[in-house]
Amino acid sequence: MPAPIRLRELIRTIRTARTQAEEREMIQKECAAIRSSFREEDNTYRCRNVAKLLYMHMLGYPAHFGQLECLKLIASQKFTDKRIGYLGAMLLLDERQDVHLLMTNCIKNDLNHSTQYVQGLALCTLGCMGSSEMCRDLAGEVEKLLKTSNSYLRKKAALCAVHVIRKVPELMEMFLPATKNLLSEKNHGVLHTSVVLLTEMCERSPDMLSHFRKNEKLVPQLVRILKNLIMSGYSPEHDVSGISDPFLQVRILRLLRILGRSDDDSSEAMNDILAQVATNTETSKNVGNAILYETVLTIMDIKSESGLRVLAINILGRFLLNNDKNIRYVALTSLLKTVQTDHNAVQRHRSTIVDCLKDLDVSIKRRAMELSFALVNGNNIRGMMKELLYFLDSCDPEFKADCASGVFLAAEKYAPSKRWHIDTIMRVLTTAGSYVRDDSVPNLIQLITNSVEMHAYTVQRLYKALLDDISQQPLVQVASWCIGEYGDLLVSGQCEEEEPIQVTEDEVLDVLEGLLVSNLSAPVTRGYSLTAIMKLSTRFSSVNRIKKVVSIYGSSIDVELQQRAVEYNALFKKYDHMRPALLERMPIMEKTATNGPSEIVQTNGETDSTVLDTKHPPTITQPPSQGNDLLDLLGGNDVVPVIQTSLPTKPPSAGGELLDLLGDLSLTGAPPPAPASVPSVPMSQPPFLLDGLSSQPLFNDIGTGIPPMTAYNKNGLKIEFMFERSNPNPNIAVITIHASNSTEADMTDFVFQAAVPKTFQLQLLSPSSNVVPALNQGNVTQVIRVLNPQKQQLRMRIKLTYTYKGSPVQDLAEVNNFPPQSWQ
Amino acid sequence: MRFMLLFSRQGKLRLQKWYTATAERDKKKMVRELMQVVLARKPKMCSFLEWRDLKIVYKRYASLYFCCAVEEQDNELITLEVIHRFVELLDKYFGSVCELDIIFNFEKAYFILDEFLMGGEIQDTSKKSVLKAIEQADLLQEVYDYF
Repeated sequence: MPAPIRLRELIRTIRTARTQAEEREMIQKECAAIRSSFREEDNTYRCRNVAKLLYMHMLGYPAHFGQLECLKLIASQKFTDKRIGYLGAMLLLDERQDVHLLMTNCIKNDLNHSTQYVQGLALCTLGCMGSSEMCRDLAGEVEKLLKTSNSYLRKKAALCAVHVIRKVPELMEMFLPATKNLLSEKNHGVLHTSVVLLTEMCERSPDMLSHFRKNEKLVPQLVRILKNLIMSGYSPEHDVSGISDPFLQVRILRLLRILGRSDDDSSEAMNDILAQVATNTETSKNVGNAILYETVLTIMDIKSESGLRVLAINILGRFLLNNDKNIRYVALTSLLKTVQTDHNAVQRHRSTIVDCLKDLDVSIKRRAMELSFALVNGNNIRGMMKELLYFLDSCDPEFKADCASGVFLAAEKYAPSKRWHIDTIMRVLTTAGSYVRDDSVPNLIQLITNSVEMHAYTVQRLYKALLDDISQQPLVQVASWCIGEYGDLLVSGQCEEEEPIQVTEDEVLDVLEGLLVSNLSAPVTRGYSLTAIMKLSTRFSSVNRIKKVVSIYGSSIDVELQQRAVEYNALFKKYDHMRPALLERMPIMEKTATNGPSEIVQTNGETDSTVLDTKHPPTITQPPSQGNDLLDLLGGNDVVPVIQTSLPTKPPSAGGELLDLLGDLSLTGAPPPAPASVPSVPMSQPPFLLDGLSSQPLFNDIGTGIPPMTAYNKNGLKIEFMFERSNPNPNIAVITIHASNSTEADMTDFVFQAAVPKTFQLQLLSPSSNVVPALNQGNVTQVIRVLNPQKQQLRMRIKLTYTYKGSPVQDLAEVNNFPPQSWQ
Repeated sequence: MRFMLLFSRQGKLRLQKWYTATAERDKKKMVRELMQVVLARKPKMCSFLEWRDLKIVYKRYASLYFCCAVEEQDNELITLEVIHRFVELLDKYFGSVCELDIIFNFEKAYFILDEFLMGGEIQDTSKKSVLKAIEQADLLQEVYDYF
């Protein structure tokens, strides 16, 4: 059998293939040759064949028949064989194949090999793809190598240990002794990998973290190393663009971040060095900025003094002016994270941020938009809105929906005048009308209704907009509704705000009828216009025309339209005496309160509930007498006011629309029956209203007089409820849950959710943390407010999710044993 | 770092290093998707993008794209430096490296990468040190050009 062709020869040959089919043919031929060579147990050329196989694998062809051959290569004595064998193992094998376990013995031997480069290969392979079983078997060997004086091996052992810990967290303890004097090494490789190892340990285990903080005094050591790096002169071996070992600097800063988080002493100890790095680092190249970026992240995350924080934000501000778009991107991302806590400092850079709206890069634009919305307040609303509306005009379609929603929210909160508010809405509807979210239509309608003095102006502007363009459905829907309501004002030319237009009843009806027949109108829109036409029967004098239109649609194919038309017909014929009363002007609708902070949460897209605090109490411009605290409780992400509007979006129900018109107009405290206008709080699980986490922290604590109860106690997780009555409203019970964990491992990513029957309303505030520490070392507390106006017996269904020892756990439970005093 | 990919402008994969256990099928899918996303980027756009739940850092050197997937808490700017360091190492080793070098000597490119990074983290921040280790390891191989 001739010698198998060389690797480079094969590569050259395959590259000459002109079609995919030709290439496939060549590959198949070679694979066959390789297969028979493997069958013959040819030791000499095994290495060459496996190398070729790896090349073909990279091209996308199957190579599994080479897996065992890799193992044979690893077991060989020749270094060349081992090199290719280990590479093959890393590329072709993974922990899913049982075959990989056969490697364990080889690796064990090679970890003790006399040549450090062989040991290095073994460490590298184990550190890249070792399974949990392999890690368990070989951890001892790795630990031994971690203590060697050979820095080449020590640095590799450290990273291998990181992998072992990631795979088998319980083994972390055994590496602790070896970390004792890792940081006193001079070798940068060892230093870097040791810092990575320490970071991994501190991140995974709070015990380790406090051990390293207190016992090992890690912070001063790290500060010293960092200081040396900055102060030391030029070191050619580690220099990158004039900065000494930036990689190590960044890793140290990251470890400092973890050590300083929520710890005053550590944070204080690192204050000076952070200030030094922040002010002395060269910013002309990317390297320097990378270090500054990490420094900023650290400053913002630890308990730094305010001067340092301002310094950090100013660095970000300078980043925004940098020519390099990567730097701008990174700055915007960081500012987005800090805008809640350091709002004023970020405000100072507002104009730069707004300029970024004009950037060419999509990611930068998006971030600039989110940040801009976060920065809008009562003082800058006019200026900001001008920029944002300009952005809305010219931005890509993917942004329009979010931008439109953001504009509406901001306008609602900070509108300096009603006229401005309506103008802004009009602008959005006319420029991005087809992108606004469905739920904004009822919002806008409600807003318009409540701006009584602007009715004439509004309907006039909407009418003019309709004349221009009837393709944007939300605009058309709002316009139809308004014309239906205020058509009389339109025709009588009563507008005060601007020059009144001359329009006749027939012209108005022409427009509305045009909507009914147009192909551009969605079925929902048609419903709106039919109803609008009907309403005009009490406002206009051309009743006959309206009667005719209505009767035509009595035989419409569209069931919804047909039903409406039939009922309106009935109104004309049999219930004409009721018609004026029914079609009367809508009263002012009471609006449900929206929570201030949750808007910020929404526009950022990032819910960091632990960051929001009482610096931002809900700022609602609506009259404070929203009366119903109960509706306040519907706070949550993506909150949109719930409006009890009957007409357009309500599906037809039995019993006739007439009675439903009446029914929905009454504003009781009960949650709206079937509105499509309900916000994204999911109502799909009758009879329970499921609520998630909301954003306002609260301080109500231990109960008074009402005995606490244990709501849940399973698998070591115990949840206790403590009660208190809310003072202003005795119908609200305030429950503080205390979650504790008696097992020996922490429960992380802990999320508590609750749902109550329909007659209740529920609000969950932010939890104190989402890690329930092991062995009852601490509690997670969270406040629940339950409104119970009907004084029914309180029942609750709770859902718990958390991660325990790396696996997710989920449980549902019913809580029925509430003490009577909590709901009576 | 979760993984690193090297691919050409025509979408041909030249190197793939995965630092987390992933099924072969998923790897192929991710590579295909990611290549599409990155190749569609215009020259003026920034080097970072969000993809699935990861941050992607990429940079083009001549005809090759170097693409890394990092996690939420990783520093994108320093990742750019990591990529650059890898390119420098290749350049020093091959002498003015070009794509063809990496095509015909892919196994050497892997050896260099594995001497520079392990588990997604840097092993040694000294260029000299990494190159010396490779050199020594090369010497250990028999003089006979085995493959």
